[in-house]
Amino acid sequence: MDVILFLLFAAIAVACGVNLVVQKHPIASALSLVGVMGSLAVLYLLLGAEFIAAAQVIVYAGAIMVLFLFVIMLLNAGGEPKTPGKSRMAGLLGIPLMAVLLGLLSYLVQRALPKPAGVTFGAFTGGKPYDVGKAIFTEYMLPFEITSVLILIAILGAIVLARKEID
Amino acid sequence: MHPITTAHYVALSAALLLIGTLGVLTRRNIVIILMSIELILNAANINLVAFSRYWGPENMNGQIFAIFVITVAVAEAAVGLGILIALFRNKETVQADEIDLLKW
Repeated sequence: MDVILFLLFAAIAVACGVNLVVQKHPIASALSLVGVMGSLAVLYLLLGAEFIAAAQVIVYAGAIMVLFLFVIMLLNAGGEPKTPGKSRMAGLLGIPLMAVLLGLLSYLVQRALPKPAGVTFGAFTGGKPYDVGKAIFTEYMLPFEITSVLILIAILGAIVLARKEID
Repeated sequence: MHPITTAHYVALSAALLLIGTLGVLTRRNIVIILMSIELILNAANINLVAFSRYWGPENMNGQIFAIFVITVAVAEAAVGLGILIALFRNKETVQADEIDLLKW
């Protein structure tokens, strides 16, 4: 069951990622980004990270995607012209070399990790909102406060950058 | 059937990282470049959560880091899109190769 779920949603994530890169129009890319985020949320659930799965859906598939779609609609950013002078060598060698790099990476990681602990669906330990909140508000209090300052600066920056100049 | 291990998650993460890097390098639409950056940050998040699981249920550090990465990604998207709007107002384009103000 876990194996089927993992393989299914990993395949969806990779397919949507490829679709994101190759699509001409930004709206199609944004919709495939939603697919990536949703399938990654399921993968987090398989790892037992309930809170992060929920945050992934709310923050990425909700907030960020709305922001992206809003900007795409606002700017009316259409397709882009075809890239001239594509290297034939890059297209020929790129995909096999990427497959080799991926295979090598996964092989090395498999070698480096001593005991492969299987992931079983339903074995939820240590990822509930209770555990996450406890860790954030005790051990990671200072980073949490600094993050709030970061968000404040980001809000100010976005407002200052996107406002209309008033003479 | 073999059980799913941490290595599978790392392989998926590497695949998404490569796809995102490819998008940043090859596409010229700035909106799609920003989306590819989000993809890269998500690939890092998978690694963090998978290794948090690997080091045991009582060890939450990876998941906390993933939450901070999500926060930074949101801030980055907000500021990046603000810059994009300001850029579009001045240059009337969203293609990265047409924005060459600093080139001489």
